[in-house]
Amino acid sequence: MKKTMYEKIWDSHLVVDVEGQAPLIYVDRHLMHEVTSPQAFEGLKLSGRKVRNPHSILATMDHCVPTKNRDLPIADPIAKKQIEVMADNCRENGLNLYDMKNPNNGVIHVVVPEHGFVHPGMVVVCGDSHTATHGAFGALAFGIGTSEVEHVMATQTLPQKKSKTMLVQVNGTLSKYSSAKDIALAIIGKIGTAGGTGYVIEYAGTAINDLTMEGRMTLCNMAIEAGARAGLVAPDAKTYEYLKGREFAPKGDDWERALAYWQSLPSDEGAEFDAIITLEAADIAPQVSWGTSPEQVIGVDACVPAPESFDNEGKRKACESALAYMGLTANTKITDIAIDLVFIGSCTNGRIEDFRIAAEVAKGTKVAPGVTAIAVPGSYHVKQQAEQEGLDKIFIEAGWEWRDPGCSMCLAMNGDELSKGQRSASTSNRNFEGRQGKGGRTHLVSPAMAAAAASAGHFVDIRKL
Amino acid sequence: MQPYTKHESIAALMNRSNVDTDQIIPKQFLKKVERSGFGIHLFHDWRFNDDGSDNAEFELNKPAFKDAKILVAGDNFGCGSSREHAPWAIADYGFNTIISTSYADIFYNNCFKNGILAIYVEQPQLDALMAEIAANEGVKFTVDLANRTVTTPGGNGFTFDIDPFRQGNLLSGLDDIGLTLKHVDKIDQYEAQHKLTYPWLWA
Ligand code: SF4
Repeated sequence: MKKTMYEKIWDSHLVVDVEGQAPLIYVDRHLMHEVTSPQAFEGLKLSGRKVRNPHSILATMDHCVPTKNRDLPIADPIAKKQIEVMADNCRENGLNLYDMKNPNNGVIHVVVPEHGFVHPGMVVVCGDSHTATHGAFGALAFGIGTSEVEHVMATQTLPQKKSKTMLVQVNGTLSKYSSAKDIALAIIGKIGTAGGTGYVIEYAGTAINDLTMEGRMTLCNMAIEAGARAGLVAPDAKTYEYLKGREFAPKGDDWERALAYWQSLPSDEGAEFDAIITLEAADIAPQVSWGTSPEQVIGVDACVPAPESFDNEGKRKACESALAYMGLTANTKITDIAIDLVFIGSCTNGRIEDFRIAAEVAKGTKVAPGVTAIAVPGSYHVKQQAEQEGLDKIFIEAGWEWRDPGCSMCLAMNGDELSKGQRSASTSNRNFEGRQGKGGRTHLVSPAMAAAAASAGHFVDIRKL
Repeated sequence: MQPYTKHESIAALMNRSNVDTDQIIPKQFLKKVERSGFGIHLFHDWRFNDDGSDNAEFELNKPAFKDAKILVAGDNFGCGSSREHAPWAIADYGFNTIISTSYADIFYNNCFKNGILAIYVEQPQLDALMAEIAANEGVKFTVDLANRTVTTPGGNGFTFDIDPFRQGNLLSGLDDIGLTLKHVDKIDQYEAQHKLTYPWLWA
């Protein structure tokens, strides 16, 4: 039978499949951060259980770590406690932790690929919905809840329901002004935030093949915003090239064996998907979200939609309340929306490629008066690489802040946040009410669009720069 | 986990779509390292005014919905972040049942791990339930998980589908890990093979 990549990975990870019970699948890699793990360790300890395979786990601290003055003690006592508890839990259980001071520290989904910890064909979980990022390597990677974190620690398996499969085919070539982020947003704009519910998405087509590994990570990262369980891109020469030589990548003879396995993974020609969506890359303009859900997104050359333009009651209501929260009037040109803050970073767009593109746009410009612009590398390695290339200087000269790595303004848990009514251009993944601070207004964009908005003080169509 | 028993309770109405977990439990409350005590923060940003007083406009603050155990909500409930703090907050606040047309996957899973029954209904059924609550705030529905039924005084009762495995676990209050560990020999076998096939993952 012809199989999709998802089905191949699923089948090879089935441990128990008995009538009347959810199938149990094996977990190869388990990623951790400080926010969703403490209660799992608590549960494990209370039940007298142990971590089954400590070597399958890689942990970092990212959500509530400060992105400046790292050498000072953390001011927020609760964040401090969470960090301490994480360190204790990892020490007691013999887990590999890249703590705040470690040169490998950074946002979990940026750090993990840097070390080659995830390979094609693996099942990867983390108590974090953006685990989908690692689908870029052709791994089945998805977010789980804290009870499941405990379950995986204790058993190395997870009861799972098999998902349906969706093929998202992006044909043709992307304009040089659009990026993986714009593809991700355009897909969500098309299918909606519930469009992928119950599915694992496989992204394919020339525009996807053309993406760098960083771009594929950006794309898969936002599979969750389309409601999907996970996103996948078939591994290819770029994937192998990226992995080769990294710390946890197979070495020597193992490399050849691994490669043979990886090459068997792509979906068979003619394998059937439960749903197929097609987009033309050339049609994807740089995207800007205008509302409070990632599906409320539109091309930069368009206007904020009016509630009447939606054909269903739910969407009309959602548009009305989004406009009220965002302080926007229908039919305003996107390029007329002024912003207060620009954030480049997060596990969506906090990789070296993102800072290169943004720096190219920021070079020789100045941040507009009244605007704050912060660049937060996804990891210390990204930071170091950027500094070697002199990107930090470009940002600093343009009036940006150049920070230490962390989730920062992506979810504003560490004190980096918008105040009420402030408006951001953000390269992160969620524009929910209050996500970047209570009353804060978030517009999701690509790094190039964010950098252009910083110097203009409002959104600009980068195709016209 | 408490076994889920048949009960008659007030059904609260939340006629909104895409209620995300950032709203259910805003991130400023995620820094705790315990599982309990999240109920007081449920829907914090909607529920309270800036000065900390109750926001009278917010539906769950209606006196008629006090002590509700059933939450009837619009579609795609629980979307967004995977935080299990969302079902912890919902359960700690006092809800043990949610009725909606759709849920985000991770949220749905998390509900069952925390003793919350999440019931799927079709849109017309949901509209009827919502109308019944709107017309009679404080109305009580009866949920019988063993027989998979919801009954309402207004005659909008229905039978729902549920995975028998989830149903069994909720009814017995059984912990998932204990269930899985019954298969520990299978896991050992799988792992032994895994070491042979992918030795580099065990180096
Ligand atoms: S950067 Fe944002 S989305 Fe990514 S892990 Fe951190 S908080 Fe989550």
